[in-house]
Amino acid sequence: MKIRVKVNGKPYEADVEPRTLLAYFLRETLKLTGTHIGCDTTTCGACTVLLDGKAVKSCTILAVQADGREVMTVEGLEKDGQLHPLQAAFWEEHALHCGYCTPGMLMASYALLQENPMPTEEEIRFGLSGNVCRCTGYMNIVKAVQSAARKLSVESREAVGEVATSGTAAD
Amino acid sequence: MALPQTEMRPMGKPILRKEDPRLIRGKGRYVDDILLPNMLHLCILRSPYAHARIRRIDTSKAEAAPGVKLVLTGEDLAKMNLAWMPTLAGDVQMVLATDKVLFQYQEVAAVVAETRAQAEDAIQLIEVDYEPLPVVVDPFKALEPEAPILREDKEKKSNHIWHWEAGDREETEAIFREAPIVVKQDVRFQRVHPSPLEPCGCVADYNTATGKLVFYVTSQAPHVHRTAIALTTGFPEHMIQVISPDVGGGFGNKVPVYPGYVVAIVASLKLGVPVKWIETRTENIASTHFARDYYMTAEIAATEDGKMLALRVKTIADHGAFDATANPTKYPAGLYSIVTGSYDFKAAFVEVDGIHTNKPPGGVAYRCSFRVTEASYLIERVVDIVARRLNMDPVELRLRNFIRKEQFPYRSPTGWVYDSGDYEKTLKLALERIGYEELRKEQAEKRARGELMGIGISTFTEIVGAGPSHSFDILGIKMFDSAEIRVHPMGKVIARLGVRHQGQGHETTFAQIIAEELGLSIDDVVVEEGDTDTAPYGLGTYASRSTPTAGAAAALCARRIRDKARKIAAHLLEVNEDDVVWDGAAFSVKGLPGRSVTMKDVAFAAYTNVPDGIEPGLEATYYYNPPNLTFPYGAYIAVVDIDKGTGAVKVRRFLAVDDCGNVINPMIVEGQVHGGLTEGFAIAFMQDIPYDADGNCLAPNWMDYLVPTSLDTPRWETDRTVTPSPHHPIGAKGVGESPNVGSPAAFVNAVLDALAPFGVEHIDMPIYPWKVWKILREHGITE
Ligand code: FES
Ligand code: FES
Repeated sequence: MKIRVKVNGKPYEADVEPRTLLAYFLRETLKLTGTHIGCDTTTCGACTVLLDGKAVKSCTILAVQADGREVMTVEGLEKDGQLHPLQAAFWEEHALHCGYCTPGMLMASYALLQENPMPTEEEIRFGLSGNVCRCTGYMNIVKAVQSAARKLSVESREAVGEVATSGTAAD
Repeated sequence: MALPQTEMRPMGKPILRKEDPRLIRGKGRYVDDILLPNMLHLCILRSPYAHARIRRIDTSKAEAAPGVKLVLTGEDLAKMNLAWMPTLAGDVQMVLATDKVLFQYQEVAAVVAETRAQAEDAIQLIEVDYEPLPVVVDPFKALEPEAPILREDKEKKSNHIWHWEAGDREETEAIFREAPIVVKQDVRFQRVHPSPLEPCGCVADYNTATGKLVFYVTSQAPHVHRTAIALTTGFPEHMIQVISPDVGGGFGNKVPVYPGYVVAIVASLKLGVPVKWIETRTENIASTHFARDYYMTAEIAATEDGKMLALRVKTIADHGAFDATANPTKYPAGLYSIVTGSYDFKAAFVEVDGIHTNKPPGGVAYRCSFRVTEASYLIERVVDIVARRLNMDPVELRLRNFIRKEQFPYRSPTGWVYDSGDYEKTLKLALERIGYEELRKEQAEKRARGELMGIGISTFTEIVGAGPSHSFDILGIKMFDSAEIRVHPMGKVIARLGVRHQGQGHETTFAQIIAEELGLSIDDVVVEEGDTDTAPYGLGTYASRSTPTAGAAAALCARRIRDKARKIAAHLLEVNEDDVVWDGAAFSVKGLPGRSVTMKDVAFAAYTNVPDGIEPGLEATYYYNPPNLTFPYGAYIAVVDIDKGTGAVKVRRFLAVDDCGNVINPMIVEGQVHGGLTEGFAIAFMQDIPYDADGNCLAPNWMDYLVPTSLDTPRWETDRTVTPSPHHPIGAKGVGESPNVGSPAAFVNAVLDALAPFGVEHIDMPIYPWKVWKILREHGITE
């Protein structure tokens, strides 16, 4: 089957078997290997990507279901050579050891912060409970999400401030 | 973007990890990320039976299926003498079964096809005619005279594999005969699995033109894998390049060679194209090597005032169908005789018997230095029971029996020489930090109100860093480790080590050691591991051995470079070598602090201005054979509350005070402790791989074999004391496994402390809510 899908802002067209999972389509057809596979029971979340802005487990979605929609993977987080604040925070807070869960964790955290820009520790733990990390014990992942949330809120306040300033100047 | 890290003198600092920039971008390269042109995919057909004779295998339909390039059975491998392969324990294991299967999920046949989906489709078309045989799942029943003999291939017609013992039987028995108090307890350490997030897998790439076999594999021990492949297949070792790319967690799971690896290699040799095999999670749990599965009985002889005199331990070890335990060859039960722990027993005697059953082979050291977790759990659990019997506080009993600071180096009754420790200091810090006295008061008040709160202590001692090579080897290969350092003309360094990290941060910590020793910045040093063509030979990363062995090799290799650099510095400074001093950052002339040259100056001179009689270049290799193991230890305290209505245990607080000697990077040490505690927590409360009477695996996936999520996992508190190892070049000990070794006993002790009013002395792990709920019901507690 032919599908058209936008991945990290780039349009792709491909012929896929109906049974191809989105995770394999991303990894093998598009060679975006940042999305990982860790289980066969939709338990681990290593495969988490955004589908039209919502976090999904790409091992449990068919590539054909993504037809006409937009996917964002870990490779889409960095903008103009600038790490996304979540990526920087994972680094600074030592939120990864082997790094195999990290792409999924980053995408789940990204979706969480979209919905809830200033989550409490409990909300983060709940929000990431579909993602398994076998290495870190989660404490530093929670810290990283908190620190990225703070940074993003400062950035968005600054952005709002800038708009207000230029608005005043235009008046 | 890169955070600037120009840190000089980086030792002991929380340097951010050098491996992270690629991993947070999704640019890691794990084995399944290797996509080669013309690559084919391998899938394995596995047995539905735990014990069955194979009457016939018909592969004709599979061979005709779309995309299929090759079908392999045990018979095909037998023609190449590859139907069996050696295990790390000196036993043999079937690669693909020929005449019978010995565990459910055992490898029976394999299909290579253009896509993974085609290969999976085709294995369904293979017809196998099985004749089921009687199954043995219980190792005690395996020893009964009427039990079927599982391993017909072996000369010894028994399911008993080996008997092993340590310590002094007579001396121990003499003490037991006279002892005023004897405490005896059966303790089970259930079957678990390391289950790293990335399952096992490989790509075998045989190049027909060059005759070279490149083998990508998610491996903790690439050099051992290269030698094992050469020994098994007869393929010349210098024509095998093993590449262990980024490894998505190991925890002992990625030390052995698995049948899928051998089959992938055979397929690539036959077809002349790359062949990939990536197992599923189910295959990972149900067929790759398990851990633990010990049935232990401990007896402690003590005086009435709480002096522990002697320890006697008997153990039945379930090894499954093949003895594939990953232990140093002379130690079939690993370092289990560390079971006397932190206590000064007069005598001890330890026995272990290895047994075959119809279960997957093993057992590996799951975040553990060879059966140390079983030993630590046992002693820490039983010491608590002794305290209970004597009506003593478990802290008091421990303080009364600790090996004292002045006794180090301490020779244990089973023959280990502990390098250093100050157990009392570490425990006292833990008690103070957690507020032990107040917690006991709170507990008394709660007990009076009928509430269930428990405090659990574990003061364990580990033994990590194998060699020394006079007693430690794996299949004859001595357990040293190695480093090679090259200083380039611009003073930039590439270092390669024989170990292979899986998240422990070697690219950072070993760079810290080398930068510190050479007076360079952390950014000047790149550390590479995992490619057998470039790295010096080493035994790999497991059993917390990397810092004790390869870390030592890195420091001594750098010092070897410094020795040569001193000669060149003398030439540059135009003085005699004896007049040159090194201050950690530069060489200068004794008594003339103004004149100095840095390592960078020396590096440039090593290629541009070498004095007569000195070899050009600035590089060195060091093979380090440790004089002894290192003995990290810790004092852990868990505080739990139990819900009387459901039996659920809530870990309210957990404090880990570790002592791993000098610390290279405190951020990484703390991270390792968090991770290990989480795995210890999972083992104490969630994880078990049970089998039914027919040998069916009842937890072959992550729906049934539970892994803790962020919601389940408690918050960890950490602290440390520092007692350097006297024999390690930088005074460090291993740490990655301490939290997994030490924590299960703290959790379980806390639960039993909470249940003390009911007189319950022991519950086997995992402590599921229903087990606690049942006990509460038995005592008439209903809400
Ligand atoms: S791979 Fe585990 S949830 Fe998708
Ligand atoms: S960092 Fe290894 S699984 Fe999370």
